[in-house]
Amino acid sequence: MHPAFSVIFFTTCSGAGYGLLAMLGILGAADMLPNDRWLGLSGLFFALTLVSVGLMASTFHLGRPERAWRAMTQWKSSWLAREGVMAVLTYIPAGLFGIGWVWFEDTSGLWAVAGVVSALLAWLTVICTAMIYKSLRTIHQWHNDWTVPSYLLLSVMSGAVLMSVLIHLFGFTNPYIQGVTVVTLVLGWGLKTMYWSFNKRSKGLPSVNSAIGIDAAGDVSVLELPHTSENYLMKEMGYRVAQKHADKLRAISHITGFALPLALSLLAMFIEGYAALGAVLLAWALCSMGIIVERWLFFAEAKHTVNLYYGATSV
Amino acid sequence: MTTLPSHTNKKLGLVIDLDTCVGCHACATNCKEWNTGGHAAALTDYDPYGAKPNGVWFNRVHSFEVKRGDRPNLTINFPRSCLHCDNAACVTVCPTGASYKRAEDGIVLVNTDKCIGCKLCSWACPYGAREFDEDQGVMKKCTLCIDRIYNENLEPEDRQPACVLTCPAGARHFGDLNDPESAVSQLTAARHGRDLMPELGYKPTNKYLPPRARKVDSADIGAPEELEPIVADGFLGWLDNVLSK
Repeated sequence: MHPAFSVIFFTTCSGAGYGLLAMLGILGAADMLPNDRWLGLSGLFFALTLVSVGLMASTFHLGRPERAWRAMTQWKSSWLAREGVMAVLTYIPAGLFGIGWVWFEDTSGLWAVAGVVSALLAWLTVICTAMIYKSLRTIHQWHNDWTVPSYLLLSVMSGAVLMSVLIHLFGFTNPYIQGVTVVTLVLGWGLKTMYWSFNKRSKGLPSVNSAIGIDAAGDVSVLELPHTSENYLMKEMGYRVAQKHADKLRAISHITGFALPLALSLLAMFIEGYAALGAVLLAWALCSMGIIVERWLFFAEAKHTVNLYYGATSV
Repeated sequence: MTTLPSHTNKKLGLVIDLDTCVGCHACATNCKEWNTGGHAAALTDYDPYGAKPNGVWFNRVHSFEVKRGDRPNLTINFPRSCLHCDNAACVTVCPTGASYKRAEDGIVLVNTDKCIGCKLCSWACPYGAREFDEDQGVMKKCTLCIDRIYNENLEPEDRQPACVLTCPAGARHFGDLNDPESAVSQLTAARHGRDLMPELGYKPTNKYLPPRARKVDSADIGAPEELEPIVADGFLGWLDNVLSK
């Protein structure tokens, strides 16, 4: 599939925003964060900005962005519509939680409920995003049980890495919160590695024979294409990435997305002050880059069944 | 709504004969010609007179070669268009209600006034039936010539999809595949019509008739393996004798 920049930016940026929002909601409600108004304001502002910028970016790839509001009407059947509805609903408890934290400097009681609800809705939004991909039977690399946990965990992980930056910025170090960052990095890395290895060994059921309805008649190859230049299908669905480049990019993603942030986040548990802040900031910068590469590969390595009509023998 | 109808009264669709299709692209050409002025007009072209012309088409004719060991290779000309699936995921993924499947005849359509151009429906279609119109920013697809088949301004015999009417080889057939007595259903049964990629569960309405077994050996047409020499008598027998010496 064509790796569209707007969708890569949306899923990584909003994913991190929802991760941070959920982290703030849960940790705030559990009273693990100081009720400091400026911490709440910075954290929630940053989380909701990432979410909003990502959502806006996602409308850039629409052919008719001015009609984007219509995308919330078909929630009964469409995961994309459900994602839209959840994304908008999340703002309500997040806003209430923000009022409690920033205005009243209170994250307990009903404000805590708002925090937990915004975390749940944030996670549901990410699950809806993942379900858009998971539900597509046309793309075997997405239509499997790894897609949803991977999206959710990477969102939680990106949020945790951001949370580390936030608490270090406010000079509030907490080994438990930093520990959560380390643990999510380990889990995220493990899950994504397993997901990649699943995609390497597993193939979709359809073949070119079943695509043209002459099963078991022999080896089918393309004699002539229907058109002389690339059409929409070839541009959108026919994206091919050379294996050696994919392997190189995957190595980059392993190192910058997971290995280095993990090492830096661990290091930050044992050092203090600006050194620790520098470490978590660098972890965040590297992790963001690594996750963008991971998301690029998620699209570039997805093989749509329509490729069977254009020379692919398996998908 | 983009939920699918629980059942459709008719299942209008095409039966395409891969045995007789000659790959002339007339169906694709006439489809473009009719539909660029029809329900989904216009079928936009980009760079039509330039080096890389391309644009929106509802029908594309591929050609494949099948290698069959020691038997002669087969050429398969394969017209590809919307199959108007029973289980049309292109409809259910649509977030706006622009994509829909008609309960009365099963035809899958796009309301281009509601389409936001998110392209998700084209991702959900295994067959590549939907093509995005970059000029209008909306998705387009085969309408089964809905503006022909019900068009009372046309002669009754012309109320068929443009691709079917124009096929010079008679390889395309249109009708109700829900009615077991219809010509298309009978043809499908007789020729063991196939679903494309049935393993995905889209339950396409259109059927493809696989090529018939090729007649390669003399026995296939009831002829003897080789001819017996003629035994001549009389003058021809004498001549045969003289010349055979």
